[in-house]
Amino acid sequence: MTHTQKRIIVNNIVMMLSTLSAIIGIGFLFWILGVLILNGVDALSWNIFSQEGAPPGYEESGLKHALIGQLMIVGVATFFGVPLGILAGTYLSEYGQQSKLAETIRDISDIMMSAPSIVIGAFVYAVVVAPMGHFSGWAGSIALTIIMLPIILRTTDDMLQLVPSTLREAAFALGAPKYKVIMQVVYRGAKAGILTGILLGVARVAGETAPLLFTSFNDNFLNTNMNEPMASLTVTMFNYATSPYEDWQKLGWAAAFILSMFILGLNILGRLFLLKKRGK
Amino acid sequence: MATIAEILEEKTLEVKDFEFTYASAEQASIKKLTMPIAKHSITALIGPSGCGKTTLLRSFNRMHDLYPGNKYDGEILFKGRNILQEKEDLINLRIQIGMIFQKPTAFPMSIFDNVAYGMRLQGMKNKSELSDRVEKALKDAAIWKEVKDRLKHDANGLSGGQQQRLCIARAIAVEPEVLLFDEPTSALDPISTSGIEELIVELKERVSIIIVTHNMQQAARVSDYTGFMYLGELIELGKTEDMFVTPREKLTEEYITGKFG
Ligand SMILES: Nc1ncnc2c1ncn2[C@@H]1O[C@H](COP(=O)(O)OP(=O)(O)O)[C@@H](O)[C@H]1O
Ligand SMILES: [Mg+2]
Repeated sequence: MTHTQKRIIVNNIVMMLSTLSAIIGIGFLFWILGVLILNGVDALSWNIFSQEGAPPGYEESGLKHALIGQLMIVGVATFFGVPLGILAGTYLSEYGQQSKLAETIRDISDIMMSAPSIVIGAFVYAVVVAPMGHFSGWAGSIALTIIMLPIILRTTDDMLQLVPSTLREAAFALGAPKYKVIMQVVYRGAKAGILTGILLGVARVAGETAPLLFTSFNDNFLNTNMNEPMASLTVTMFNYATSPYEDWQKLGWAAAFILSMFILGLNILGRLFLLKKRGK
Repeated sequence: MATIAEILEEKTLEVKDFEFTYASAEQASIKKLTMPIAKHSITALIGPSGCGKTTLLRSFNRMHDLYPGNKYDGEILFKGRNILQEKEDLINLRIQIGMIFQKPTAFPMSIFDNVAYGMRLQGMKNKSELSDRVEKALKDAAIWKEVKDRLKHDANGLSGGQQQRLCIARAIAVEPEVLLFDEPTSALDPISTSGIEELIVELKERVSIIIVTHNMQQAARVSDYTGFMYLGELIELGKTEDMFVTPREKLTEEYITGKFG
């Protein structure tokens, strides 16, 4: 066998193996999505959106309480997490730069990003839930804010650093003060990337269950008071799916389906922003 | 000691015993440099790569202040004051001394907003006045015809040469007294290059211009004065027509005849 023939054979084997692995990976993804859609769509009905939780066996039961609770908990977390993350990322990229403090913050936030979310839940339980004496929507939002913060902070930092320094210099050269250079030129240059970071950050926390079990806990009925325990799609799904009642399990599938579509949508949107930016 | 021809015109800038040291550098990148800059003329800075042309140019608008630890010494006089003083108002200085960079630096906003940027910084809000001045700046930068129907379009859709002229429009819109060009055509094709060169020559009616170029033909084509720099020092400054014909320093002659660099 010549050297070239050998190379071609090895080449083909490697190609076959990697194609096979890719197919297996994608296969699982579609399997999961398929099962989810089959069971989820089957479980969907108008009641899901219009009815609150009910004891097993009741016709009129839905996920309204969990949907609204989820939106409130994630919404409040986004409301605090996004500005904090963007400001902190701006500090790192535009002020701290390569300083010791900035590098330390980067390291800590990278560690936080890989911290198990259940640990963050336990932390918020210890510092918020325990002193207050009860679970609450606020506590859930605080836990999600802490999880979201490092994601948004680091993407903002990275995306701002990608803006060429000559663009900043050009704005300074026209007599712009630093804060205007950042707000009017640098942010614009990094807009798509920062938006992607926000969407991915929200998508990440929207699927969290463990930290909510420790903080916002659950409520089988509609509650819009952030100061009290609050339902979320994830915790509701956990409770319903692990219950022995068939109608509750069905609601669990519906919750899983809605949540997955929401997160899938955010991810696709985030990637579209990045694509649009690269395409330019 | 550098050979410096007498400058009969009024001077816009005067560099005196100027030294500049980068934060990370062991020794000064500009050494004891003295140089007058004539008003309403074009002064070209030539010299081999790394001789300090860009460093000197970026000192005139204190661009080096954006990065910590850089050190200026000596004086650069502008309107009777030393602009290297601590208390110099850098925002005001940069409004009067504009800069065009090597690569075009169109901001990620519309063509109109790019040109209006400097004027808006100065607080101009009146819409009709703004659009008059944007139009005038674009006409002066010889790009009005190409962009007048798409002022609201993203400036990054323009070609490299167009973007560079847009940057010139943006710089002249605030009516500076001095414009600094750092190799403004090195990223452009020959046709765009000659367009920019013509534009620079027209601009000297209104502004004093300092242009860094590694292209000696360009210096010869556009400038009134040429300064030859070598290893952080000014070797010779003279009228362009004299310097390229009868350089007074041996080093200058060797450089312009292509013996090194
Ligand atoms: N940011 C910097 N930090 C340290 N040294 C620098 C920096 N920029 C330029 N230099 C040095 O200063 C000298 C002059 O550089 P420069 O002004 O860019 O030269 P030119 O524009 O003539 O090619 C060179 O020796 C270069 O290595
Ligand atoms: Mg240079």
